[in-house]
Amino acid sequence: MPDAKNILESDVFLESLMRFDDGRYSGDIEDRLGILRREKISIPLILISTGTAGLVAGSELTRRTIKEYLDERGLKAELAEVGSLGKCNDEPVVSIQMPGRTRLSFKNITPDQVVPLLDDVFHFDVPSDMLIGQHFNEHHDEWKNVPFIHDHPFFKNQQRIVLKDCGIIDPTSLEEYIAHGGFKSFIKTIRYYTQEEICNIIEMSGLRGRSGSGFLTGRKWKIAFHTPADQKYLICNAEESDPGAFMDRAVIEGDPFLLLEGICIAAYGVGATKAIIYIRSEYFQAIKCLEHGITRLRDTGFLGHNIFGSGFNLDITIRKGPGAFICGEETALINSLEGKRGMPQTKPPYPASSGLYKKPTVINNVETLSNVPLIIWKGPKWFSGIGTEGNAGTKIFSVTGNVNSPGLIEIPFGTELKEIIYTMAGGIKEGKKLKAVNIGGPSGYIIPEDFLNTPVTYENMKAINSGLGNGGMVVFDEDTCILDMVKYHMNFMKKQSCGKCIPCREGTRRISEILESITKKPVDENGHSTLERFKGVIQLESIAEVMMETSLCGLGQSAPNPVISALKHFREEFEEHIFDRKCRSNICKGLRTFYIDVESCTGCSLCAKKCPEDAIFGTPLHPYFIVEDRCTGCGLCFESCKFSAIIYK
Amino acid sequence: MDKIGEIIKKFPDLSRESLIPILQEVQDEFGYLSEEAIIRIGKALNLPVSKIFGLSTFYNQFRYSTSGKYHIRLCHGTDCHMNGSGHLLDELMKLIGIRDGETSSDGLFSLEVLSCIGACGQSPVISVNGEYFRDVTKEKLGEIIDHYRHLEG
Repeated sequence: MPDAKNILESDVFLESLMRFDDGRYSGDIEDRLGILRREKISIPLILISTGTAGLVAGSELTRRTIKEYLDERGLKAELAEVGSLGKCNDEPVVSIQMPGRTRLSFKNITPDQVVPLLDDVFHFDVPSDMLIGQHFNEHHDEWKNVPFIHDHPFFKNQQRIVLKDCGIIDPTSLEEYIAHGGFKSFIKTIRYYTQEEICNIIEMSGLRGRSGSGFLTGRKWKIAFHTPADQKYLICNAEESDPGAFMDRAVIEGDPFLLLEGICIAAYGVGATKAIIYIRSEYFQAIKCLEHGITRLRDTGFLGHNIFGSGFNLDITIRKGPGAFICGEETALINSLEGKRGMPQTKPPYPASSGLYKKPTVINNVETLSNVPLIIWKGPKWFSGIGTEGNAGTKIFSVTGNVNSPGLIEIPFGTELKEIIYTMAGGIKEGKKLKAVNIGGPSGYIIPEDFLNTPVTYENMKAINSGLGNGGMVVFDEDTCILDMVKYHMNFMKKQSCGKCIPCREGTRRISEILESITKKPVDENGHSTLERFKGVIQLESIAEVMMETSLCGLGQSAPNPVISALKHFREEFEEHIFDRKCRSNICKGLRTFYIDVESCTGCSLCAKKCPEDAIFGTPLHPYFIVEDRCTGCGLCFESCKFSAIIYK
Repeated sequence: MDKIGEIIKKFPDLSRESLIPILQEVQDEFGYLSEEAIIRIGKALNLPVSKIFGLSTFYNQFRYSTSGKYHIRLCHGTDCHMNGSGHLLDELMKLIGIRDGETSSDGLFSLEVLSCIGACGQSPVISVNGEYFRDVTKEKLGEIIDHYRHLEG
């Protein structure tokens, strides 16, 4: 990029950033910002999605192939890396912008697709089979007969506030973020507002914690603000360990400066001079983005001592979470930061009054903080006008499982679950029927189809005995075994229980054992396993209730949620497993009954040799048979038979 | 070269809160936490070895044996589980004979099971030394392992 790169070093720019009124700058500055916003480009611009989702899909190879293509042909084009647009199964996504024209996004650009794609686009032809859509921009001429991306069913009914620039802007460029209106809110904050006013604005906007609790963010800030202390902390909780939730990672990888600006404003409001981002150590890409972003902010004076002469000091540090699901819990996270085991403590005192090193500490989730800059810029009324009363703003869901278009979907509160799954996520794969939806990860709920017309709000979700969690949504089709999923969730919670309080430590274990035994045949001759199976009938519910009522922290209290909700809505499936010893979806391997087809069996004896339980007998060259009582249903014989003579039901 | 000493030197205040970052850096450097490392860190921070070991075993990130030449990360998130990552675990046990956190006896492969990489929609996902593979089936897994074995001749 030409001279625009050094824009931050020009005093004129910083001065006008300080002086803005309506967000427009004059003449020269506006021109330079236009270049940064990619409104005017002289050579083609190619953007490759290299967030984790893109990398997994092989975008690095795509990038190299594109580079080779350009070098071989001596073509000039700017290559840039961006975060994900949020539509996972379209990765690797490549967006191309030709000078003067709107930007086009293409899906599934594997290396072999690069040549046909670039050949076409460089000759102003749009290959429709790879197209996602064109991005509207008033400064550009649109492509004829090419659909707009905002009309795409996945994006059409989304309202993107937090995700608006993900996949659009270069996450490494502070300049581009500023050109898109970034850091105006922070400057406005430190110039025009007192700390208390910031807390008031956020409280008035009705922003609630996006990690599931739904506590009013502004109120939390106020508690910390009003607690006198020589040091206050702001912690950004990016310990996103729920399987199936990746909205925080996507925000950080796609638009890290948005989060950083949110942190700056929150720290000012709370009166914290130290901010810490506690992030999962597995999020390599996101950590890199944040490290780079923080260095840039320090170099340009957005962080440090007496920021822009306001008297406000702030530094942000990154701490990598060493891998424990429980550290998403506030007090456990604080313990982990203090160099202890991540075990929760009884509340109160709440961290907002006595947290890290017993100082007032505000802990907010990534999505919550990313909402803050726009609230400050557009005002609390604008924000509370989105969504429903009492549930202001938007929520990002990461929709995965058996849906056609898994990905990140940001909707205003009040949207029906049905719409998210059937319209935006494209419905169930292979035209199958929906069986259930798991909302809120492994400690979330499993709800059946009947409840899908519920509009999403914190209260509505509670009313249908569910919760929002952090917005992970896994869709199960009719072939999913509910018990298998509950067992998976319980096994996860069993591993993640910190072991401090007994109901959680023992409860998760016992429930896991019971589920394990009812998804297996009772082969134990002593009858122990039969008893274990029967416990499923008499104990499952009571253990779950005790856990909910007596566990110390949210993890233990919510761990039995999948069991309780599944028992409520899918009781007949539990009974089938226990009494009929049958798994209707054929997922629970241990319940399968194997037979040998006398006609097809050649008597090769391979299955008898493979069987670990010695359950297969016979004479070589004559058909073999399986002793049902000994068979554990492992399926090794089925896999080894070369004549398809083994069948199961 | 005294790498452990150098890492400890990076944290001048040597307080309890530096413990986890020091452990992380040591693991990044050596791939695992050796007995020697834990003892050295204990001396530097004035903490009993048992405390450090108790803390490090609490967290999933830390390993106590060298990682293999090819470090396999297998995602076992909900979506991956639904699409068969559990079977992949069994298959890895069959192919290499290692479980989560273990290293094969020839030192070639080690395995780490992650709760979620966050690449749902492309599941099941594994990565070998940072190179990702999507939509992995049993057959594909066999090919991947063979490929890395071949690299060794």
